[in-house]
Amino acid sequence: MTNYIGKAVKRVEDKRFITGKGRYTDDIILPGMTHAYIVRSPYAHARISSVDTSAAEAIEGVVKVFTGKDIAESGINGIPTGWQVNFKNGDTMKEPPHPLLVSDKARYMGDAVAIVIAESREIARDAGDMVEVEYEELPAVADAKKATEAGAPLVHDDAPNNMCFDWELGNPKAEVDEAMSKAHHITTLEFVNQRVIPNAIEPRSAIGHFEESSDKYTLYTTSQNPHLTRLLMCAFVLGIPEHKVRVVAPDVGGGFGSKIFHYAEEALVIWCSQRLKRPVKWTADRSEAFMTDAHGRDHVTKAEMGFDKDGKIMGLRVKTYANLGAYLSTFAPCVPTWLHGTLMQGLYTTPKINVDVTGVFTHTVMVDAYRGAGRPEATYLLERLMDTAALEMKIDPAELRRKNFIPAFDGVKQAGYQTQVALQYDSGNYQGVLKRALEMVGYEKFREEQKAARKDGKLLGIGFSTYIEACGIAPSAVVGALGARAGLYEVGQVRVQPTGKVSVYTGSHSHGQGHETTFAQVVADRLGIPMDDVEIIHGDSESVAFGMGTYGSRSLAVGGSAIVKSLDKIIEKGAKIAAHKLEASEEDLEFAEGKWTVKGTDKSVGFGDVALTAYVPHNYPAGLEPGLDFSSFYDPANFTYPFGAHIAIVEVDQDTGKVSLKRFIAVDDVGNVINPMIVDGQIHGGLAQGIGQALLEGAVYDENGQLINGSYMDYTMPRADDLPSFEIDRQVTPCPHNPLGVKGAGEAGTIGSTPAVVNAVMDALSPFGIKNLEMPLTPERVWRAMNS
Amino acid sequence: MIPNKFDYHRATSVDEAIRLMAQHGMDAKLLAGGHSLLPAMKLRLNQPGVLVDIGRLAELRYIKKEGDSLVIGAGATHDDIANSDMARSTLSMLSEAANLIGDVQVRNKGTLGGSLAHADPAADWPAVMIAAHANIELRGPNGSRTVSADDFFTGFYMTALAEDEIITAIRIPAPPKGTHSSYQKFMQPASRFAIVGCAASVTKDGGVCQKVSVALTGLSDTAFRASNVEAALTGKKLTKENIAAAAQAAGEGVMAMGDHFASEEYRLHLAKVFAKRALMAAAE
Repeated sequence: MTNYIGKAVKRVEDKRFITGKGRYTDDIILPGMTHAYIVRSPYAHARISSVDTSAAEAIEGVVKVFTGKDIAESGINGIPTGWQVNFKNGDTMKEPPHPLLVSDKARYMGDAVAIVIAESREIARDAGDMVEVEYEELPAVADAKKATEAGAPLVHDDAPNNMCFDWELGNPKAEVDEAMSKAHHITTLEFVNQRVIPNAIEPRSAIGHFEESSDKYTLYTTSQNPHLTRLLMCAFVLGIPEHKVRVVAPDVGGGFGSKIFHYAEEALVIWCSQRLKRPVKWTADRSEAFMTDAHGRDHVTKAEMGFDKDGKIMGLRVKTYANLGAYLSTFAPCVPTWLHGTLMQGLYTTPKINVDVTGVFTHTVMVDAYRGAGRPEATYLLERLMDTAALEMKIDPAELRRKNFIPAFDGVKQAGYQTQVALQYDSGNYQGVLKRALEMVGYEKFREEQKAARKDGKLLGIGFSTYIEACGIAPSAVVGALGARAGLYEVGQVRVQPTGKVSVYTGSHSHGQGHETTFAQVVADRLGIPMDDVEIIHGDSESVAFGMGTYGSRSLAVGGSAIVKSLDKIIEKGAKIAAHKLEASEEDLEFAEGKWTVKGTDKSVGFGDVALTAYVPHNYPAGLEPGLDFSSFYDPANFTYPFGAHIAIVEVDQDTGKVSLKRFIAVDDVGNVINPMIVDGQIHGGLAQGIGQALLEGAVYDENGQLINGSYMDYTMPRADDLPSFEIDRQVTPCPHNPLGVKGAGEAGTIGSTPAVVNAVMDALSPFGIKNLEMPLTPERVWRAMNS
Repeated sequence: MIPNKFDYHRATSVDEAIRLMAQHGMDAKLLAGGHSLLPAMKLRLNQPGVLVDIGRLAELRYIKKEGDSLVIGAGATHDDIANSDMARSTLSMLSEAANLIGDVQVRNKGTLGGSLAHADPAADWPAVMIAAHANIELRGPNGSRTVSADDFFTGFYMTALAEDEIITAIRIPAPPKGTHSSYQKFMQPASRFAIVGCAASVTKDGGVCQKVSVALTGLSDTAFRASNVEAALTGKKLTKENIAAAAQAAGEGVMAMGDHFASEEYRLHLAKVFAKRALMAAAE
């Protein structure tokens, strides 16, 4: 029956993408459409003394200029956050208003002050320069830790010390302190997990379309989760009844988390369209994307790990200051807490863990999920500690991991593993992936080469990372208890057409992941029909009942499972119809290869026949409803927990400090695999981004809060020639609690790779006594360390 | 990403381009490959009222020999030079440098003349042209003149080119027998311009350096000849030690630039490293 699952089926969506036929938000042209340009603060922190729009409005072709004052006077709300994290003492986190346009103060470079709406994009852009804003520049703070210090400029007057919340998880601090006090050795690292800019290939865009005749609104937007955007925008910001609003996220060119956030521009174009009774389109240019897309990471951390004399971990103590930016994005409070603190167990049997996180406002753009979201930060911390401890304790880093691994468990015969930090792992075989990665790298041979190379003055290094991640965040009751203001289930509807063709409506959203292929593989296999007979529909609130969208590697594990639930219902009902047609009892039928057969006979009826009968129910089971169309909500029992082992080999040029990545080995266990080509692609892309953070990327804000590398001339994205040909392999430990046994592959590469690369560089630099350097490991940083 | 409004003229000859430039004066800019000008216009850092497009003038796009000299038309693209056997056999640093510029798209559009006229302090060609003893041919309403590469680059994005002049060709004299050259570059990882680039040409006779020509780019406000390195190596045996010692003079006394990729101190260090690498490669 398995014709498609497990096969490297070519992506059905690629034909339209690579022939330029994709339909992105900015491609949409509506009759009477106007164009918006947003006037943004050039200062990170400034009082707005006045805004004069008269010169701009005098330009021919300018329809209207709205300012923060117009927004304030309209009485609409600001942008909400989707997660609540309270202070340790129980006080509610600080949740300052985030107006669609600011009227009093700009709080980051790029804060929106006014919107110019004109007949053309060019006129809007020209008129934008004519909006005269008087600013009184104020001192700014961009660094999370400095922002909490006495005397730091305040981002919001009602958030003292710029603190949004403080939070802890794990064992009581006293217990951890006690465990640490008994440790034979403590490894301590202080570092910054630097801010990175997501850089999706398609800049954000939104079109607001109010139709007065029907009193209906349509928002086209570059979103990873159109339904969530609709809910937040309608219920929290604009107060428009949800049934009057359609949100469409058509083809979307990448998100990496930065398009989860319900951005102010989305509500703004709807609000403007309602005022002007004309469609309003806004599309960011690349500079605007650098400056205003939600950034990722940005933690200042001190981490300590205690070991006994044999190298067994006794305790872990972590203090992190997480930069949230100037306002709260949709997932901001969740990322450094519930997606970060909960990963502190790693793959190890650490008995006592305490993680303490302070969420901090700064005069920088908002921080939200970025590929991995919290889990890369946790993994970086743990895996840097492990390699550093190995060096300090003179234990082989692979051996140190083996000493501390949680033993293998399948989650069926053996129970899941209960961590000290809330999660219960589903299934795992951590030794397996490390063993395979060591084989692939030829570990012993490499150590000999390294020794010989050192004698020739060549600096080679090897670095390890054995990671776990938590995907498909769920179930809703649990996330609700943790502060989520939404459920985290998914919706999957399967509509069998009378001719047996199948339309599938999913609440997941594909912005590069290939759902139209992978989901169709699952549906075609389960129903025993050709993939061509299956259409996957997503991204439109008018056709898809509801959905929570795509992030956290949840699409197949949660969205795919919702579809499977509906497929089960289809097959179950189909059996009733088939039994009636075959004049057999349901129990005597089996369903395979797209037909129901009376067991032990050649009597059968095909899927198409049953579909037609369901819609033309002339000869039909009594009491059975016509039609073959089911919708399901799937709320998972648990997260899924992919894991893997990554190994990097680097060479450092002693003259320049330049790091060359020579080899990268990744053995990932993402559970069952539906399309190995797509999974490989996800791993490759993830590795590139993770390696990019280690060696190349990083947003740089100066002391005035100016983003000084907001262009591709200044911000280094990883390119093909920065990377070796990846050596990848897989192990399969199925997820025991979802019907497909899948765990998720979207973020694995990013999570595992960053510490492996940094560890490799530290290994190469160990003859210099260098233990820790900040990312990105730029040539100058490395050169300075070698020469200080 | 939307530039100001501008008028566009496509010149059909160099003479017409010169006329158009004279007509529009300071408000006009020449457009060749556009890979520096257009991004600057989209960011509104440069806001010309008129563009005079010389990018399709066949009379500017050639690579040829004239007597002993290699003559490259100002409109030759980086890719034209990268693929020219004539350029490679004259001085291999020409093709090395061409291949290290930007990426394929940039090399297909960007021109030698455009790069020299723009005079980005981190561009590759200025150093290569100085090291090659190139002469730059200019034409304006009052006729033609020639300026040596040594005298052409006058400062930060500044050259000897007058407002109404166009670069027409670059003339590179044939190097003496026994000359080898190399261009070695430490790339700024995002833009792929030079943090430091060193062009070196060495004329060797019996293991001794008869003549050496060295120029650096990326280090300061303009590319320049490293005369002190040349002096330190001329007449010396081309040993690893002598080359390393001469390279120590690279960047001496220079006010280096600094940015978030490379500080002043690090750039000066790299100047020595890349001078050594270029000289070693040229002396081989």
